[in-house]
Amino acid sequence: MRVALFATCLGDTLFPDAVKATAVLLTRLGQEVVFPPGQTCCGQMHVNTGYQADALPLVRNYTADFADESIDAVVAPSGSCVGSIRHQHAIVAERYGDRSLRERVERAGAKTYELSEFLVDVLGVTDVGAYFPHRVTYHPTCHSLRMLRVGDKPLRLLKQVREIDLVELPGAEECCGFGGTFALKNSETSTAMLSDKMRAVTTTGAEFCSAGDSSCLMHIGGGLSRLRTGIGTVHLAEVLASTEQRVRPEEEVSA
Amino acid sequence: MSSAFLGIPTPPPRAPYATGHLRGDQSFPDAAHTALDNTQQRRNLGKATATIRGKRDRMADELPDWEELRSAGAALKADVLARLPELLERFEREVTERGGVVHWARDADEANEIVTRLVAEKGSDEVLKVKSMATQEIGLNEHLESAGIAPVETDLAELIVQLGADRPSHILVPAIHRNRAEIRDIFLREMPGVDPNLDDDPVRLAEEARKYLRSKFMSTRVAISGANFGVADTGTLSVVESEGNGRMCLTMPETLITVMGIEKLVPSFTDLEVFLQLLPRSSTGERMNPYTSMWTGVTEGDGPGEFHLVLLDNGRSATLADGVGREALQCIRCSACLNVCPVYERTGGKAYGSTYPGPIGAVLTPQLAGMHESRDDPNASLPYASSLCGACYDVCPVKIDIPSLLVELRHQHVEQSRYTAEAAMMRASSLAMSSAKRFTKAQRASRLGRVLGGADGRISALPPPLNAWTSARDLPAPPKRTFREWWDSEDGREAVRAARREAERGES
Repeated sequence: MRVALFATCLGDTLFPDAVKATAVLLTRLGQEVVFPPGQTCCGQMHVNTGYQADALPLVRNYTADFADESIDAVVAPSGSCVGSIRHQHAIVAERYGDRSLRERVERAGAKTYELSEFLVDVLGVTDVGAYFPHRVTYHPTCHSLRMLRVGDKPLRLLKQVREIDLVELPGAEECCGFGGTFALKNSETSTAMLSDKMRAVTTTGAEFCSAGDSSCLMHIGGGLSRLRTGIGTVHLAEVLASTEQRVRPEEEVSA
Repeated sequence: MSSAFLGIPTPPPRAPYATGHLRGDQSFPDAAHTALDNTQQRRNLGKATATIRGKRDRMADELPDWEELRSAGAALKADVLARLPELLERFEREVTERGGVVHWARDADEANEIVTRLVAEKGSDEVLKVKSMATQEIGLNEHLESAGIAPVETDLAELIVQLGADRPSHILVPAIHRNRAEIRDIFLREMPGVDPNLDDDPVRLAEEARKYLRSKFMSTRVAISGANFGVADTGTLSVVESEGNGRMCLTMPETLITVMGIEKLVPSFTDLEVFLQLLPRSSTGERMNPYTSMWTGVTEGDGPGEFHLVLLDNGRSATLADGVGREALQCIRCSACLNVCPVYERTGGKAYGSTYPGPIGAVLTPQLAGMHESRDDPNASLPYASSLCGACYDVCPVKIDIPSLLVELRHQHVEQSRYTAEAAMMRASSLAMSSAKRFTKAQRASRLGRVLGGADGRISALPPPLNAWTSARDLPAPPKRTFREWWDSEDGREAVRAARREAERGES
């Protein structure tokens, strides 16, 4: 399949390792991975903060690249961006767009997948040949869970990883408190939610908290870092792309 | 009366600004700031919501057709909203034919005046109250008191709130923020004739309340209730409850006055089969609530001889006028969304400043009462009081898509707002990200942030508004290379080539 990678603005700019891992993993699984260079951002932050008119150019830009018929599927390592593409782009297009945009939105949305969905539902694999010799707990993230209904797909993938010590996260389905601009507008409530999530993570004794969304990991990881818990975060894609030859394959130390 | 209306149609009015409880006196983040520090309340709420959540989940899971029931509930309520005028007129006819008197109240002010006049006409200076959200919403108790009439709340939790000169914080469990030690203190301080040796044993607390309320049931001649359902094709009203105090109020007094929001209709009597399964399982986590009272007009020699029904709009027509927002009117006030909401669990209900707290309150309150009615209207902060985690939508027995309604109300708020710093930032980022050329420039600029990271690549302090982030969380410094720079680099190409070789090895 010709699979287009949607890096997401956050992944491209701040968390490239998760996107690199996605590219490597999908290629290793025999897909022809392309990166349409015109891509930028899905517009989720704009829609969720109330700026639908400002999201319109971003929706248009997304469909310009990804509705193209030469692309069989679009894969993004983010449940919330994929949720926005599949559920919110139509709202914006309905309100501000014309018929041709609405049609492109539908075409692009229908073939856009979150990573675990694509692996399990489209490629039909759960064992991707990964190796990750660490104690890991998995936070399922709200939009993967309740918007995309990915269910236990990420866990089915993780359970096949060799040498992983996967521990259940208590209260896993509870929000970490990120919520995009919610973390700024209601910073204190967001922090109260985060502190409960961090408590759950620390009780597992895990070395890493993993998730399918860099934004939630940025929030949980930001809290774990501030408190110097020593617990790291790792994107699902990075775990799945790790091998005996190289754990966290394309990691680039940021400092 | 003229039959031709030739004026310009105006939107239906919102609930009045100054009457009732549909607006707090501060924004949600400000109210939350105080609430989050209330250690006792955090503990009480955490414990209570976790317990009710667990019960609800078990009750929903045990029904094989739960999803079909939810769909039926949603469809029935959508039908009611689509045919509201017709069904209301039918309902009025049925109630009237069976001996009830129907009053129409455009808003809280009209409803309060109608009810107070009816009570005064009976020469009563005390009225019994059945637990009711509609009468809380319109501030009926305060209005009655100003007319020299004492309302007596008979629901145990509402009584605790009333005696404590407090505000309810939950739709179903108004005193959820109190524990039994606090309740004992309130009873000892405020309840007439209380046993001075009262301890905090729940059985003893309930017994004290029962003694007090019994004396009121025996002596009070007028009662006021809300309604869970009004059945359009029979004129039947229904109240569901746990304690039986509502049943006492609905049967013992000479006069019964019911205040019902106009959206509380169901089309026909058999539709109750759907809602009487959905409501108790969603709200108290019970298969069936202990008391379901139904009455139709008046019945000679049985129950109140006089029955008045006040049909309340108070912003409901305005809500109905919004094609998206109207879904909030499907709500049957079960409060399941409050119990699963991570925001509600931590801030409690009072932070929402409204009779309707939690996720449903955040979409209902700004629509009933408006959110742009004054400068810095506190209601405008409500649609933002959510991380959009979606837990509310999953449990809603009538499938109200609360996250989508929150997003819609945020859109409406932004459209109504003047140009702000936030709007400027959103516009600028939209412009920057609407082309890859501008986006990559912005990415390069953001890399300047690497200097903030220091030796360990950890950013711990940022200027406003991002200091709201760094108040509790670090941020990693931007990486050396963006993804697209890596992809276009020799490293990136080599990594992909290596992966392709692995794929080919795997195939061969």
